[in-house]
Amino acid sequence: MKKWNLIVDVERCHNCGNCVLANQDEHVDNDFPGYAAPQPKQGGAWIRIESVARGTPPMVDAAHLPTMCNHCDNAPCIAAGRGAVKKRPDGIVIVDPVLAKGRKDLLAVCPYGAMHWNEELGLPQIWIFDAHLLDHGWHEPRCSQVCPTGALQAVKVSDEVMQERFKCEGLDVLQEELNTRPRVYYRNLYRYRQCFIGGSAVYGEGAGRDCVPDAEVTLSRNGKIVQQTGTDGFGDFKFDRLPGNSGRYRIEIRHPRFGQAALEADLSDSLYLGAIRLQAPSGDPRNLFHSSKLEPQYE
Amino acid sequence: MKRALLKGILFGLSAAIRVTTARSPAFRKQLRERNLVAQIRLKDGSIGRHYCLRGGKVSSAAGLHPAPDVTIAFHDVATALDFMKPPVDQAKIVHAAKHFKVTVQGPDKLVVWFMQLLNRLQTATLQMGTPQRDGTVRYTTNTNGGPLFVYVKDGRIVRTTPIDLDRDDAASWTIHARGRSFTPRRAATISPHALALRSMVYSENRLLYPMKRVDFDPNGERNPQNRGKSGYVRISWDEALDIVSSEIKRMKREHGPGAVAIYHSSHHQWGNVGYYLSALQRFGNLIGYTRVHLNPDSWEGWYWGAQHHYGNSMRLGTPGGYGLVEDCLKECEQIVFWSSDPETTSGCYAGSEGTERRLWAKELGIEFIHIDPHYNPTAQLLGGRWIPLRPGSDSALAQAIMYVWVTEGLYDRDYVATKTTGFEEWRAYLLGESDGVAKTPEWQEAETGVPAKDVRALARLWASRKTYLAAGGAGQGLGGAGRNPTGTQWARSMILLMAMQGWGKPGVNFGNLQLSTPLDMTFYFPGYAEGGISGDLYWTASAISNYNRMPHVLSMNPVKQMIPRQKLADAIIEGRSTGYYWDGVSLEAQFVPFEYPLPGHSRVHMLYRYGASSFGTMANSQRMVEAYRHPSLEFVVNQSIWHEGETQFADVILPACTMLERYDIGEWSGAGAYGHHIQQQLNHRMIVMQHKCIEPLGESKSDYQIFLDILERLGLGAVFSEGCSELDWCKRVFDSSDLPRYVSWQAFLRKGYFVVPAPSEAQREPAYFRWFAEDRHKDAPEPLPLPSQYADTFGKGLQTPSGKIEFVSQTLQRACADNPERPALNRYIPSPEGPADGERFARYPLQLLSSHPRYSFHTYSDGKGSFINDLSAHRILKDGYYYWPLRISPQDAAVRGIAQHDLVRVFNERGAVLCAAEITPLIAPGVLKAFESSAVYDPIPDRHGGMIDRGGCVNLLTSPRPIVKGSSGMASSNCLVEIEKWRETAACPV
Repeated sequence: MKKWNLIVDVERCHNCGNCVLANQDEHVDNDFPGYAAPQPKQGGAWIRIESVARGTPPMVDAAHLPTMCNHCDNAPCIAAGRGAVKKRPDGIVIVDPVLAKGRKDLLAVCPYGAMHWNEELGLPQIWIFDAHLLDHGWHEPRCSQVCPTGALQAVKVSDEVMQERFKCEGLDVLQEELNTRPRVYYRNLYRYRQCFIGGSAVYGEGAGRDCVPDAEVTLSRNGKIVQQTGTDGFGDFKFDRLPGNSGRYRIEIRHPRFGQAALEADLSDSLYLGAIRLQAPSGDPRNLFHSSKLEPQYE
Repeated sequence: MKRALLKGILFGLSAAIRVTTARSPAFRKQLRERNLVAQIRLKDGSIGRHYCLRGGKVSSAAGLHPAPDVTIAFHDVATALDFMKPPVDQAKIVHAAKHFKVTVQGPDKLVVWFMQLLNRLQTATLQMGTPQRDGTVRYTTNTNGGPLFVYVKDGRIVRTTPIDLDRDDAASWTIHARGRSFTPRRAATISPHALALRSMVYSENRLLYPMKRVDFDPNGERNPQNRGKSGYVRISWDEALDIVSSEIKRMKREHGPGAVAIYHSSHHQWGNVGYYLSALQRFGNLIGYTRVHLNPDSWEGWYWGAQHHYGNSMRLGTPGGYGLVEDCLKECEQIVFWSSDPETTSGCYAGSEGTERRLWAKELGIEFIHIDPHYNPTAQLLGGRWIPLRPGSDSALAQAIMYVWVTEGLYDRDYVATKTTGFEEWRAYLLGESDGVAKTPEWQEAETGVPAKDVRALARLWASRKTYLAAGGAGQGLGGAGRNPTGTQWARSMILLMAMQGWGKPGVNFGNLQLSTPLDMTFYFPGYAEGGISGDLYWTASAISNYNRMPHVLSMNPVKQMIPRQKLADAIIEGRSTGYYWDGVSLEAQFVPFEYPLPGHSRVHMLYRYGASSFGTMANSQRMVEAYRHPSLEFVVNQSIWHEGETQFADVILPACTMLERYDIGEWSGAGAYGHHIQQQLNHRMIVMQHKCIEPLGESKSDYQIFLDILERLGLGAVFSEGCSELDWCKRVFDSSDLPRYVSWQAFLRKGYFVVPAPSEAQREPAYFRWFAEDRHKDAPEPLPLPSQYADTFGKGLQTPSGKIEFVSQTLQRACADNPERPALNRYIPSPEGPADGERFARYPLQLLSSHPRYSFHTYSDGKGSFINDLSAHRILKDGYYYWPLRISPQDAAVRGIAQHDLVRVFNERGAVLCAAEITPLIAPGVLKAFESSAVYDPIPDRHGGMIDRGGCVNLLTSPRPIVKGSSGMASSNCLVEIEKWRETAACPV
């Protein structure tokens, strides 16, 4: 049996807000009995976008994470709902707009904060995957239809096919350890929840100071190399997909002509090390640490 | 024979009315509105028939009625048949009207009503929209951010969605590049502000009935000093229209030409009929008015600067583009985004159409560099090296790049030698030979904050890769740094950079894949700038095509007096102003000053304000408050959809409806004129019927109807309307286009849109400027330069005096060699809103960027209960109020004790604005960024004295100084401010 799933590509979301707005357009002041009562006009959005920015100038990036009801197969809200929350055969979870009246307790049950309280109606509410439209022949919910980058993709496939995609495409779900079995999957989630270490290789002084392209850079931890990369035209390098607060790393930069540098850094949050000056090896290994001083790129 | 035919037609008319009455409830309703006797006759009386319309029924008889209410008299039988015998030729009708071969008699209101009734026979039974399975009817509309389906049930809008193309719509184009094929998604993508439309229609700020300021008495005390303070009382339409029309008459009588000024914004609801360049322009010309002359507010740096190096005045100095999406995908290796954030502005009007194409470029491995004080949403999506720089210092960076190219021999010597002039002088300047300062990367570092090593790396990468320069939001100009106080220097630098790298060669051009898709631009549909129904041949582009494609009676404004928009407040307060033309006809038009007042003309004593929210968008807008209260302004009328911004300064408020409550027609992104062919931002050309989806809310009326109601009180209703309703005008626009060759009017009204077929690969336009690089005749389909403006042979070379790209501009040399702010050689002049202004910089050490907004379209869809208020990147909800976000670096926030989403007082000597702090490492230290365009002006008392706007109109803080001396250019996207944490609680709503 084919069921609905939503795949969110974090790398493709650029926070245009269309998914949030389309859901407002569909549900504010519109009542769909059996599916959902109206969404509040202010502050009660069922789809939200969380943003995070990493790094410091000029090495930064941003990631945006659309969040909504995960339509879990093992949903705590269904367990706690006493019949007020139902699972449809197509995978969609519906909070019954009549039976769930007054059930503010259901908000605390959702580990994702995806259940929202409608103060005016006294009703817990979720993003309903626009089941009312799908039942009328629509091919996808509003949020994916309006997404200009394809960051939101609604797919109706069997659970077996979805599990296959989950593995092959490197997808994630939020808080997998809770075993709620969400039907909303994320691609490139590392952009949101992991960290990077980066820097810029330079050499020379004064008017001779230049970026060092094509240097080899290694990242090691506890004496073991964990990632390798090269510098680009600006001498920049970046190691990504590192867990936050993961301790001390060693970075070594080597260029056959301009020399080398090494330094160590503690990774708490994403870290741009600034300009790192390469020097010809002098035989004294302590020189490897000579340029670990951070030089801001921009005042 | 012809006489018999005419008699037959006249006889049949009453039958047609009866049949239509039976078939159309709306027609029945209209017929019941009035009882009258109408007569249609020949001038000599030899043929005539009169029609008695009474109680919704019609009877008629041959022969002349002794006292008809309305008479239409034709000069002869042939003229009568031109009007009455279908299919009618509009050119003949207009010709007959202009030459008095047809006359109408009777009260204007009845004449117009009867003519519209006859026209209604053609439209009353047409099916509008497509019924859906769920009981809704699917209509269509068009917005500043893309076309929409509008689903309506029981007279209420249920939802609006983007239009996904169906199988019947024309096929999409495909580009083959680097072994891959790229075809756009079969959909019309839309901007956030388009998706907020339903909330705007049903906004709590809608003006639903006419209002009068409580202490305004047109026959007694007018109390102008209380504008913006006093409340309003509801009045009837009749009272409102009587006041406005009698004030117009009084202005003519007591003050003379020029006493009425019309002030409108740069954009409007979409559609060729209701647009400000259309119905408003026609209305204005019929009453005579002082024109508040707009400035090229998104093109400033290009218009006042860049065009003097290479021409393109018709595009206001911005580069054009054809075939460049294909060229870029095939050839380009790197795109340098310089103050270019297409994911925020989407060019202009273009939904998210360019986004997909930029993602293709990413897939192809094209490298990206972003030069901007903000790691903007485009950079966030695409990635790439960020080069943050101090606002306004851009041209120092550009010169240092060129310095590296010169000293390291990294430029296209052959191109420079054969396609440009003045390079030796420019080279001497770069090397410091002429002024003793070499423009080295180290030199620029003090100005821009960009490390010299990065400039050398950038210069070398640029020269070693085939590079597209994305300059401004559209990639080919528009927005960005061109709107800041050094905007001319920046835009000029962009041209000079490309001149050194062989602009026009494969893979070397302007753009960011936003413009230049392979669409068929030979298909004619008039752009809004062609003036719609205005009939204005001077201030619209109607004369180019529209006027001969859609015959209609021309109109003209006999009042030559003008006020530059940037100086409107000064003109009212001080009684004088000087402006400079925004006119793309030539490079020199902008040098001509115009003075206010003109000899023999009146000062402005009545302001007709159309739209309401320019506090957010105009520089130094604080001064407008004073202007509104000036005693010389005897009357202020405001015609607006929403109660916002400036409506609170009017004496009488006229409530207009949105475009969903009236008929219109328009092409998505179809601007025309200065926006020649900018539909090439889209993946599919789409022409859209803008259905009247619901009845006007409350007592609001369409702009067209309001103008008509006023003009009927001046006896000008028939002249204004030509007897047409808005739907009749839509049909005339439809007929004027190439649409009838592809689709019937009936089918178009049902489906609501038409996709123009893409050209075959063989029909596609060649890459822009290739002809210049290869020294061929021009092959781009743009009507510029004018034939007289080629220095040598028609079609060869550019619009400049030399026909080449001029490193030292001859037109500037000729016109203003003594202007130190606009030298012929593009010297670096530090920004007056930066560290160079040492004394102010000490007091106001932060540079506030106020760029084009991302979620709203200027003020459109901001505030007024719009859905987008709930996007935290647009407004921040705090204590029940939606505040304007101000992006600030963690360093600048920390030293001022500001935490995330704290309210902050942003201020300088010009005013104070309350914002909410958004702390982010994506903004360079020393820089703040807000959008320019809050629609909410909501002043509250400031403990430092005066008022502080908590709506977020940061333009209250920007400089009135023109972009360069001797121009009317606005330079408002950057100003010096200081901020402090707001500690009062008075910011909470009362």
